[in-house]
Amino acid sequence: MELPKGRARRGSRSLPYVLLSPGMLWLVIFFLVPMATLAALSLQTGDYEQGFTLTWNWHIYSEMWTRYGHHFIRSFSYAFVATVAALVIAYPLAYAIAFKAGRWKNLLLVLVIAPFFTSFLVRTLAWQAILADNGWVTSTLRSLHFPMQDGRLLNTSFAVICGLTYNFLPFMVLPLYASLERIDPRVVEAASDLYARPITAFRRVTFPLSLPGVVAGTLLTFIPAAGDYVNATFLGSPQDQMVGNVVDKQFLVSNDYPIASALSMTMLVAILILVSLYIRRAGTEEIV
Amino acid sequence: MATTLSRPAARAASAAPARRPRRQSWLRRHVVQIFAAVALLYMFLPVAYVIAFSFNNPSDRYNSTWNSFTFSNWTDVCGPAGVCDSLKLSLEIGALATLGATVLGTLIAFALARRRFGGRATTNLLIFLPMATPEVVMGSSLLTLFVNLQVPLGFWTIVIAHITFDISFVVVTVKARLQGLDSRLEQAAMDLYANEWQTFRRITFPLVFPGILGAALLAFSLSFDDFIITNFNSGQTVTFPMFVWGASLRSIPPQVNVVGSIMFVASLGLALVGQVFYRRRRA
Repeated sequence: MELPKGRARRGSRSLPYVLLSPGMLWLVIFFLVPMATLAALSLQTGDYEQGFTLTWNWHIYSEMWTRYGHHFIRSFSYAFVATVAALVIAYPLAYAIAFKAGRWKNLLLVLVIAPFFTSFLVRTLAWQAILADNGWVTSTLRSLHFPMQDGRLLNTSFAVICGLTYNFLPFMVLPLYASLERIDPRVVEAASDLYARPITAFRRVTFPLSLPGVVAGTLLTFIPAAGDYVNATFLGSPQDQMVGNVVDKQFLVSNDYPIASALSMTMLVAILILVSLYIRRAGTEEIV
Repeated sequence: MATTLSRPAARAASAAPARRPRRQSWLRRHVVQIFAAVALLYMFLPVAYVIAFSFNNPSDRYNSTWNSFTFSNWTDVCGPAGVCDSLKLSLEIGALATLGATVLGTLIAFALARRRFGGRATTNLLIFLPMATPEVVMGSSLLTLFVNLQVPLGFWTIVIAHITFDISFVVVTVKARLQGLDSRLEQAAMDLYANEWQTFRRITFPLVFPGILGAALLAFSLSFDDFIITNFNSGQTVTFPMFVWGASLRSIPPQVNVVGSIMFVASLGLALVGQVFYRRRRA
C-alpha cells in the first residue's frame, strides 16, 4: 500500500504501536505463553494430585512416540486423503461459480457456505445417522454389492475420512473461488485464440493462476482435519482414533499432563514444519 | 433458407464457422455444472436430514430412525433440560468474544493496512500462527496456562479462549476490506482540509464498516460453533456444542435438530438479506 508522503508525516510515529499493542499483547499472553507452558509441562514429571516438577524428561517424547506414533501416522494420512478429496470436490464447484454462474454467483456462494452454519457437531451426527448400518445409504450400496469394509459404512475409516472431507469443505471452496474469480477471462481466451485446446488452456493458464487458492485451501483443510477428533469419535471405530482423541483423553480423563503435552507439542511442531515446507515449495507467501 | 433468417440469427450463423465446431454433446459441455450440482447436493444432504428429523417423533434415544411427523419439537424447544440453558450461555459467550476480538482485531488491521512501521513481519507471523495451529493444540496449551496459574475453568476461560482464536480471523477480514478501499477518497478528504481524525470518522470508518460487520459475524459464528477448544477450557460449563457432545453419549433430544435448523435458516436469511442490501446500495 503506497501512502502519500504528506500523510505519513502527519500521522504520529507511535500510532501504529498504540493500535497494535492491545491485540498483540493478548496474543502473546494467551497464545505464545501457553505454547511455552505446554512445552514446559511436557518435560515435567509427577502426577495430578502431587503436582508436576520440571525434570527435563526428554524421554517422554520417545515414550509418546512408541505408544501413539501410529495415531500420528493415521491422523496425517486421514487428513491428507480428506484434503485431496476436498480439492477434487471443491475445485469444479468453485470453477463453476466463478466462471459459469453469471448473475447467480453471489447466491450460489451463499448456498455453498450455508450448510456449514448448522452446528459442526449436529451435522456430523447427521452423517452418523445417514451412514448408519440400517440406513438407506448402506442398504442401497449393499444391494449393489458395493465393496465396503466389513459390509458397513459407519465405524470405518472411510466414514471418518468422508466426515473430515465434508466438514472442512468451505475452507477449500472459498480460497479457490477467490483465486479463480480474480483470473482475467481474457487471458484464458488468449490461450484458446492461440489454438490451445480447452484442457490445455486449463492446464497451462487457469490452473497455475489458481495456485494461491489451492495452497491456501489445502492448508486450511489439512490443518483442522489433522487435529480433529469429532469425526473420529462420531463416525469411526476405536481403531480409527486420531491424535486429538488421545490428547483429549489424556488431558481431560487420565490427567496425564506430561504425555498429553508431549503429544500436543509434537502435533504443533509437525504441522508447522509441514506448513512452512509446503508454503516454501509452493512459493506463495501471501496467504495472510 | 438463408434469406428467411432474422438478422441476429444470420449473424450467429455467419459467426459460427469461425469458432470450433460444436459437436460435443450437451453432457460434455455441461460437465462442470453437473459436477457442481452434485457437489451442492452432497453439501445439503446432512442439512436436509437435520431439518427433516427436527419434525420426527423419535422412537429411539438417538433420533436416528424416522417414526412419525410432529411439530412438538418446534413448539417445545426448551423442553429437554439443558438445551436452552446451553444456548443462552453460547450466545452470551459468543457476544462477549465477538466484541473483544472485533475491537482488538480491527485495531491491528488498521495498523497493518494503513501504516508503515518496524516489526511488521513479526506482527504478520503472530497473526498467522493461531490460524495454522490445530484446535487441539490451542485448546490444550491454554489449559496448561490456566492450570499453571490455577485459574478455575468456566465461563471466562471460554471467553478468553474464543477471543484468542477469533482475533486472527477479524484481522484478515478487516484488512482485506481496507486494502480494497480506494485511498484517493481519504486523500480527497484531506485535500479538503479534514484532519486525520475527521477523515477517519467521516470517510474511512463508514467505508470499512461492512468489513468490520462481516468480521464480527464470522467471529460470532466461529465462537458459537466451537467445540474442541471449548472442551479443553470449559470445566463444568456447558455451551451448546458441549451439550450436543454430552447428549451424543446418552440420548439426543430432537430439539438439537431444531436448533441446528434454526441456525441454518437464520444464517441463510441473514446472508440473503445482506446480498439484497448490498445490491441495492450498489445500484
